[in-house]
Amino acid sequence: MVKKGSDNNSDEKVFSRRDFLKTTGVAAGGIAGGALLGGFTGFQFGSDQDSESAETGTGGETAEGGEGGAETPEFAARTFFSRQEDFAALAAATERIYPEDDNGPGAIELGVPYFIDNQLYGTWGTNGTDYRMGPYEPMASDTHGRQEKLTRGEMFLLGIRRLREYAVEEHDEEFVKLEPDVQDEILRAFESGDVEVPGMRAAAFFSLLRNTTIEGVYADPVYGGNKNMEGWKMIQYPGPRMGWMDEITSEEFVELEPESLRAYQGGGI
Amino acid sequence: MAEVLDKVDAVVVGMGWAGGIVSAELAKAGKNVVGLEKGNHATRSDYIGVKDELRFDNRFEIMQSLKGDTITSRNEIDDTALPIRTMQDNQMGIDLGGASVHWAGASYRYWPYEFEIRSQTIERYGEDKIPDDMSLQDWGITYEELEPYYEKWEDTAGISGEQDPMAPERNKPWPNPPLNETPSLKMFKDAATNLGLHPFQIAAGNMSQNYENPDGEKLNACMYCSFCTRAGCDFDAKSDPLATVIPTAMRHDNFELRTRANVRRVLYDDDSKEATGVMYVDETTGEEFEQPADVVVLAAFAFTNNRLLMLSDIGEQYDPKTREGLIGRNFNGQYNSAFHGVRGFFNDKQFNLYMGAGALGAAVNDYAADNFDHSDLDFIGGGAIELRQYGFAAISSSNNYTREVPSWGADYKAESLKYAHSALRIWYTNIAMSYWHNYVDLDPTYKDEYGDPLLRITYKFGSNEKPIAKFGVEKCREIMEEMGADIIEEDEIAEEFDHVFSGGHYTGGVVMGDDPETSVVNNYLQMWDVDNLFVVGGSAFPQFGGHHPTPTIGALAYRAAEGVERFLDEGGQLATAKSKTMRA
Repeated sequence: MVKKGSDNNSDEKVFSRRDFLKTTGVAAGGIAGGALLGGFTGFQFGSDQDSESAETGTGGETAEGGEGGAETPEFAARTFFSRQEDFAALAAATERIYPEDDNGPGAIELGVPYFIDNQLYGTWGTNGTDYRMGPYEPMASDTHGRQEKLTRGEMFLLGIRRLREYAVEEHDEEFVKLEPDVQDEILRAFESGDVEVPGMRAAAFFSLLRNTTIEGVYADPVYGGNKNMEGWKMIQYPGPRMGWMDEITSEEFVELEPESLRAYQGGGI
Repeated sequence: MAEVLDKVDAVVVGMGWAGGIVSAELAKAGKNVVGLEKGNHATRSDYIGVKDELRFDNRFEIMQSLKGDTITSRNEIDDTALPIRTMQDNQMGIDLGGASVHWAGASYRYWPYEFEIRSQTIERYGEDKIPDDMSLQDWGITYEELEPYYEKWEDTAGISGEQDPMAPERNKPWPNPPLNETPSLKMFKDAATNLGLHPFQIAAGNMSQNYENPDGEKLNACMYCSFCTRAGCDFDAKSDPLATVIPTAMRHDNFELRTRANVRRVLYDDDSKEATGVMYVDETTGEEFEQPADVVVLAAFAFTNNRLLMLSDIGEQYDPKTREGLIGRNFNGQYNSAFHGVRGFFNDKQFNLYMGAGALGAAVNDYAADNFDHSDLDFIGGGAIELRQYGFAAISSSNNYTREVPSWGADYKAESLKYAHSALRIWYTNIAMSYWHNYVDLDPTYKDEYGDPLLRITYKFGSNEKPIAKFGVEKCREIMEEMGADIIEEDEIAEEFDHVFSGGHYTGGVVMGDDPETSVVNNYLQMWDVDNLFVVGGSAFPQFGGHHPTPTIGALAYRAAEGVERFLDEGGQLATAKSKTMRA
């Protein structure tokens, strides 16, 4: 039996991630010193205040053959982004790309900011399997794929810092404190390439941000996003299985509670 | 200094379908063979329990790392090429079994017309039908001559299929019956039938039932788990070299496999016009070795076959300005002008699109090859129209939204969730031509990790590409309309090649033929100029056919294996040069 995940539309959910950021002031870049440190102590994106079951994402699941359960503690933490302010801006941007709505949770509740942080720490974020010899010509062509000297991790860091800077330039306010429609306007400026970003095209940064966010929503929860398989539940994806020999010709749509890679692998070693 | 090893009968470079077939056949014939594979010694266990979309489809787990070696690309012969830096833009197979491990399985033979495309086009439409920029040429082998080798490959691979009503009648049925028919495939077939077309189930390298091939290798019935393309099969249910020819070769003591053996040169004696062996680097220790052999078989991906000849200074490099030289000439493949089509969105239907198999699909070949009159059309050749049910995991399912909404935000989220299992794609797998201005050579700037120049690809669309793609979109639309889609979106015809090499279908450059003036290898894939050097694989295609390439590569590899065996026994040039093929 798969334990049903938290109901994101329930009345118990009294405020959104955005409200949380605003009310705690954690994400506001202007706060300094001890107050900031104090604010961080209890601050974890994805550690839901009103639902225990949303904390099951990293440790395992209660699917057949799985381990762990609803009590599994949350260990998500930043290992790539050093500055909290950058991470908060990243989180706010991912939430605009995949917002919480009547269909279900948004990027923050799904753990997407931590997914991205994890990805950037590793091989992919350091372009470990890419060709990395020069000369580099990042602006020479519109159609030659990634040509930046920057790694993906550096693109994210510099891109997010430019996003924050641009918010202040245009609206005299930190990105995280702006209204959603203003945040969208800023993201659209990056998407259409209207912003100058050193070493890369703004549109390249945006597409990296957009695509990695969507990956975080729908990749297996082992990577830190798609928390509690809520992304898969929304998109009616059942996860990896041995096969579909008995269902492949079915006229009816077969909807199943999802199972994760961990369950597929037998739940442990 | 490289350590010189004991001489063998044949050294085979690359252990995909081509190298695996040649190795198995020579091993069965009692020859001493060494097989060299650049990547790791992958086994079935590497693919068990790892059904993970992010890892395989988005991070390209079983594609070649580009860290030390990639390609460069440009459109015009005077442009400066840039390297293709990420696997997003360049997906080449690696490890034992090569690209064949991650192939989908679609299995079409090329058409009699396609093997004699220049002669038959002139015969039917006159020489003026062939545009000036196109270096269209016959293959130097006919369908009838290649048919027994097709049959041999299909039997080895255990292909599951049914007779295509448009295709030449088969001598015997496919080795296995077709895969199951799903509701979306049935819709496609019904619509095509209503339009007077001739639909059939795509022949698949995914097993419809348990099967033992003529070499005694056992394959299992496919479970439709959906992890085929870009993944390795966990169940020996996909026809790949790991399930077939490689174990067959390894059953023989006279075959030796060496993995992590990266061949950097063919050793060549200019005086005797003979290949004497290969030089390779052990990718674990960095040591260099020379492997002498009576016959050298290059059986790598088309990029590597071309580049090894160039790095080894064998044959004359093609120069588009003088149109002299043959190595690298007629490089072709299914770039972004192929696989155009339409996407249909169904408001009231959900299909089980997360289930599937690589080649599970339906097709029509009414618009393939010269099966339709080209008199009033501004292009040559054709292709299949296909609907496939690969099986899509969550990330790729999230791409099903219309152009009416942006690619992010609340509207994107709502619409992509709505259509995740309600959008079907139909595409045209059209032929891809060769042109005087498209070729490969060595890049003057960018180097690999050993300091050797990268392969440079110069490619732009010729006169066939946009018209045939546009035709394909129109025909796909007619079928999708008949299927009753509520919204139909046509692919926009690409303006120019965009330097994305994600399709895997890149061929030519060491092309076959019956005339040494226009071909590098004869129809045994033996070099005209170097009798003991065979260059096997997609590199031999003078132009691309109207379908996926694997069965033709398999058939040609069986033909080449026969040639190598004959050469080892008798020596000499196996084919007689003719001057029938006219050069454009």
